Amino acid sequence: MIQVLANGLYLGGQYALIALGLTLIFALMNVLNFAHGQMYVLGGFITYTVYGRLGLPFIVALLASAITLALLGAAIERFLFRPVIRRSFREESTMLLAAAIAFFLDAIILLLFGEKQRGVPKIINGVLNLNFQLVMPYDRILIGVVAIILILAFILYMQRSKTGRALRALAQDRVAAQLMGVQVDRYSMIGFAIGAMLAGIVGGLLVSITGVSSGIGGPISIKAFMMVMIGGAGVISGAIAGGFILGMLESVGLSVLHSYGDITYLVIFASLMVFLSIRPQGLMGKPWG
Amino acid sequence: MKRQTIGIVATLLFSLIVVFFIPWLLDLTGRNDLYFTLTSVALLSIASAGVWLTFFIGRINMGQAAYALMGGYISTILVVNYGLSFWLTLPLAGFFCALVSVLIGLPILRLRGVYFAMTTLVLTEVSKLLALALPITGGASGIINIPLPKALKILGITLIPDFTTLANVKRAFYLLSVILMILCFALLYRLVHSRLGQLWRSLQQNEELASSIGVNISYLRLIAYAISSFFGGLGGAVFAAITQSMYPSNFTVNDSVNFMLNCFLGGLNYVFGPILGTFVLYFGWDWLFRMGKYQLLIFSSVLIVLMLFLPNGLLSLRFRRKSQA
Repeated sequence: MIQVLANGLYLGGQYALIALGLTLIFALMNVLNFAHGQMYVLGGFITYTVYGRLGLPFIVALLASAITLALLGAAIERFLFRPVIRRSFREESTMLLAAAIAFFLDAIILLLFGEKQRGVPKIINGVLNLNFQLVMPYDRILIGVVAIILILAFILYMQRSKTGRALRALAQDRVAAQLMGVQVDRYSMIGFAIGAMLAGIVGGLLVSITGVSSGIGGPISIKAFMMVMIGGAGVISGAIAGGFILGMLESVGLSVLHSYGDITYLVIFASLMVFLSIRPQGLMGKPWG
Repeated sequence: MKRQTIGIVATLLFSLIVVFFIPWLLDLTGRNDLYFTLTSVALLSIASAGVWLTFFIGRINMGQAAYALMGGYISTILVVNYGLSFWLTLPLAGFFCALVSVLIGLPILRLRGVYFAMTTLVLTEVSKLLALALPITGGASGIINIPLPKALKILGITLIPDFTTLANVKRAFYLLSVILMILCFALLYRLVHSRLGQLWRSLQQNEELASSIGVNISYLRLIAYAISSFFGGLGGAVFAAITQSMYPSNFTVNDSVNFMLNCFLGGLNYVFGPILGTFVLYFGWDWLFRMGKYQLLIFSSVLIVLMLFLPNGLLSLRFRRKSQA
């Protein structure tokens, strides 16, 4: 049982980081970033190239992923989302754009890195073994801890820094923030960049454990959407809660319903639908986003 | 009055072209392979029409693949296990989907925006997993060797011949699909331009306001969602009959997203947007096949560029010109 909980906690940390980026972008721009999973995959491949291929230290690879994705995110916001949001009659048009960007990134990833599953050598060897009650490789523990530290750092940044304050103001009320002198365009771009960066970092972290392959972007996006829905769209605490809850559900579900095959996800999805129809705004969201 | 006449003439002309001219042209040029492509376009545009209708009441519907899958399975199971005629299962599949959508729609239609979109996305995923888990659907191996539609006879008069006796089954399916498409879009056009359509439009603009002046909003959006799912089930059922096989992977999340893209691309303000959107997306994708591995790259780049310059859909081109003149 301890094993199951530890697995859930570890998964939850990763998931929460992915969900944070997605929810941040949603809160700021009201854009559902379909390309989030693809950004994650791209981050993974960059870390794979820098760490696995070029042999540079893991931390350098992670930074490379973060910086590339941040730049990419900023460019996508500046040159794609901003003009489309300005010109279209209906807000939903951004969804088509986001989906097209997801396809585009998929294509780029496939062309640059091929369709093979890629992995890198372990960062640390060895396994933590507590009487066979809890067996956990050290690298998983390290990644889990890094993820939790990053989440804490993100919360601190959002709460304490000037940029964080501006971003929170934007998320709360765009017009009011603009009237108070917040440079809406600039901070939208920064927010998008941070969101994309988080996706890239998680991709980089996880490449050392599960590896990365070009096809997993879409499924990752869907999982991220689910976490955001559980916690409440556009709410940071909600995204973290959603991530940990989904991680736990998967971990517990896979061990309890293990003998019934793929039924775990069916149960998770179905209960999510019931939950959402009772409490549409998720655990902590504000009604109607 | 004059505009109405133009509309009727244009519809008749369009129907004549797709029902008579295109088959004639295809037979003349011997491009038998195009039948299947065009049939798919027609069926997918029926399903997209459903998505368009939910857009019309201000909801982003990403669950259409669930109903297409459901419709396909209902029709298939009734034909294979119970020996019913395909022509009877076609409306049954549609009505069953509509019924299910009323039950599902009651709670989830209260949601809006992204919340509705995500819930319906989850619905697509649930339906696929259900199809994998239920015993009657045959799991991942699916149902294969579905018999072709038999003859449809009413009072001894053969309305539709037995498909197994036809020389060119592909053409028969093509005709079936485009006629269904024309009927569905005619119905949709009529609905949108009726009193009901005006009420739906009020939902898209402001539900609270509509509700406050006495519009029964929950009833109206339920009707719209039921019709939308009916279209989805219809499209899925015919699709299963054409491919003569039904798998849980026939309609997935990707299809739900594509249905939505078809509507966007055609333009959300135009009833016939889904036909154009489906046609352009499907043919664009097919045509780019010759680009080999660059297919997806070019396809997505074109989509992005289209979004940048025509964010309100392809049909907005025509309107822009009109407003300048």
